Amino acid sequence: MSKTNASRTYKDKAKAAANKAAAYGEDININYYVNPDEKHPYQKDPSQLAAQTKDKMLGAGIILDDPGQRSGTYLQMDGTPVHFSARQEGVEVMALSQAMEKHDWLGDYLWKAVAVDSDKYTANVELSENDGYFIRALAGQKTVYPVQACLYMAQAKVVQNVHNIIIAEEGSELHIITGCATDSIDEPGLHIGVSEFFIKKGAKVTFTMIHNWNPEIAVRPRTTTIVEEGGLFLSNYLLMKPVNSLQMYPTARCIGEKAMVRYNSILVAGKGTNLDVGSRVFLNANETKTEIVSRAITTGGNIIARGYIEGNAPDVKGHLECRGLILGEKGTIYAIPELKGNLAGIDLSHEAAVGKIAEEEVEYLMARGLTRNEATAAIVRGFLRVDIEGLPPMLSAELKKAVEASEKEVM
Amino acid sequence: MLKIKDLSVAVEGKEIIHDINMTIQTGETHVLFGPNGAGKSTLLMAIMGFPKYRVTSGSIHFKDKDITSLSVDERARMGIGMSFQRPPVVRGVKTRDMVAACLKGNGDGDTITKLAEKTDLQDFLERDINYGFSGGEIKRSELMQLLAQRPELTLLDEPESGVDLVNIALIGELMNDLLEKNCPIPERHCMGLIITHTGHILDYVNARTGYVMCDGTIGCMGDPHEMLGTIREKGYNECIKCYLGRIPLHE
Repeated sequence: MSKTNASRTYKDKAKAAANKAAAYGEDININYYVNPDEKHPYQKDPSQLAAQTKDKMLGAGIILDDPGQRSGTYLQMDGTPVHFSARQEGVEVMALSQAMEKHDWLGDYLWKAVAVDSDKYTANVELSENDGYFIRALAGQKTVYPVQACLYMAQAKVVQNVHNIIIAEEGSELHIITGCATDSIDEPGLHIGVSEFFIKKGAKVTFTMIHNWNPEIAVRPRTTTIVEEGGLFLSNYLLMKPVNSLQMYPTARCIGEKAMVRYNSILVAGKGTNLDVGSRVFLNANETKTEIVSRAITTGGNIIARGYIEGNAPDVKGHLECRGLILGEKGTIYAIPELKGNLAGIDLSHEAAVGKIAEEEVEYLMARGLTRNEATAAIVRGFLRVDIEGLPPMLSAELKKAVEASEKEVM
Repeated sequence: MLKIKDLSVAVEGKEIIHDINMTIQTGETHVLFGPNGAGKSTLLMAIMGFPKYRVTSGSIHFKDKDITSLSVDERARMGIGMSFQRPPVVRGVKTRDMVAACLKGNGDGDTITKLAEKTDLQDFLERDINYGFSGGEIKRSELMQLLAQRPELTLLDEPESGVDLVNIALIGELMNDLLEKNCPIPERHCMGLIITHTGHILDYVNARTGYVMCDGTIGCMGDPHEMLGTIREKGYNECIKCYLGRIPLHE
C-alpha cells in the first residue's frame, strides 16, 4: 500500500473511532481542551531553558545541565519538539516528523503495534496535529547512558497529542528514561501519548517512565511493545505525584521465542487522584516469559491496579504480583489480576494483596528501637522498593532517588 | 535490674499469666522452662511491651524505672531487646536496614559486614528481612540484630528451636557474646531471660536461675541444670505436681 493510501486508511479508521470510549477509565471530553496554538522556539542548548522548567523536568528524571549522563535527549513542549540530539554513534533521537522524512520505511511502523482505532484517544492523535519522539538503536549498538525524552505541557488547557516510535534493532541495547511534566501546578490539560516499541531479535530495552503531573491533568497513554526472539523489555513506571485522572494499560506481545518482558509500576494516589493502571502481556511464542510487579499506595485517592497475562504457546511462564497499601482512613485500591491460559504446558501465577500496614511488622521494627513513625516510614519505603534486575546501576540509582524524593509526600 | 511484681497479663481479654514475680540482677541470666501454652512467651512479650499483651495488674521495673506503661520502642531504647521466635517478614526492608536501625548510628557499613560474618549471614544482608529464611537463619538474624542493638536486657524466645546441632554452637556463642558470659558477673552489664524447651542452650550460657512456668504461673525457681534433669526424667507434669502440689490444669 502506498504511503498516501495508508495514511488515508488510518485517517478513515480514526474518524470512525473519534467518539469511541475507551474500555477502561473515566470518559474524558476531549473537546473541553484546545489544541496548542503556541509554537515554542527550538533550543539548541537545552541547558538554556528557564530554571523553573528545568526543575520541573528534573523532577521527572530529565537532566539538562549535564548532558554527559545521557546518550541523547528529546524535549517536546505542548505540540512542538524543542530539542533533540543524540550523543552516541548508532543511536538516533529525533522528532517523529523529521524521522518520517529521513526514513521512508518508517511508515511501516506507524500504528502497527497500537491500533489507530483503539479508542477516541488514539484516534485523536491521528486526527490532530501531533509529533513525538523517534528513538532507534542500530543493530548491535549498545547505549551506555540512557536516552532521555521529556513531554512537557507548558500551555494551560491544551491537549498534547504525542506519537512515539522506539526501535531497537537486532542485538542492540537501549535505555530510555521518559519524564512527563507540566509547567503549571494547577491548570487543567490532557496528555495523550501513543508509544509503539519494536524490540528486534536479541535486543534489550529498558524504559523508565516518571510522571510528574499536576492535580488537574488527565492522562491517556497508549503503549504497545512487540518483542521478537530473545528480546528483552523492562518497563518501570513511577507515578508518585498527584494527577486528576490517569488510565493506561500498556501491552507487550512476545512474538519470538524466549522473549522476555518485565513491568514494574509504583503508583501513589493522594486525595483527588484517580488511577486505572495495569500491564498486560501476551506470551505468544515458545518459552517466553514475563513478570508484572505493581505496588500501589493510596493516601486518599482511588487506584485500579490491573494485570493480565495470557499464555498462547508451550512452555511460557508468567507471574503477576500486585500489592496495595492503604495509608490513612480513605482511599480505594481495586486489584484485578487476570491470567488466561490457552493450552497445556504453561505456567502462570499471580499474587495480590491489599491492606493497611501490618501492625505486627510495625511492632517488630519498634522492638528494635524505631518510633512508630520511623517504623511505618521504613515499611513504606520498603514497599516502594522494587529491585529491578537488568536495570543499569545508574538508572537504578536514579529511580531510587526519584522514589525517595517523593516518599515524604506519601508519609 | 529487672523487677517484675505481681504481674498479670491478658491477651484479647483473657488473662494468660497471673501474679508473676521475678527479679533479674544486672549480670544474671535466667531461664524459663514450661510446657506449651504455659505463658512463657506472653511473659516475654509483656516485658517487651507489645500492646496486645495488656498488663492487668502488677508492675515491671527496669533500671529502677517503672516501665509498665512505656511503649515497645521506648523500652527498646532503654535497653531491652528481644529475639523473636517467629518474626514477621517485612517485604522491601532489607536485613542490612534492620541491622543499621539497631546500630542507631553506633557503627557503619563495616560494622554491619563484621556482624554478618560473625553470624554467618553475609549473603542475607541484601535480602528482605526474614523472607525465605530457614529456622536457623531466622535465629542467627535475630541475634545479629541484637548484637547491633546491644541491649542490657536480652529476651530470647526459644533461640535453639529449629536449629541444627552444628548451628546450635554458633547460636550459643552469639548468645554468650550478648550476655557477656566471659566476664565475671560483677563486671557484666547485661541480663538475659531465655525460654527453652530442650535445654540444649544451657550447655552454652551461664545461667544460674531457672523457673518452671505452668498455667500462667511460676511453679518453682531453682538451679536450671537440676530442673532440666528433673524435667527430662519425669516430664513437666511430675515437676508441677511436686512443686505446686496439684494436678496441672491441662491434664
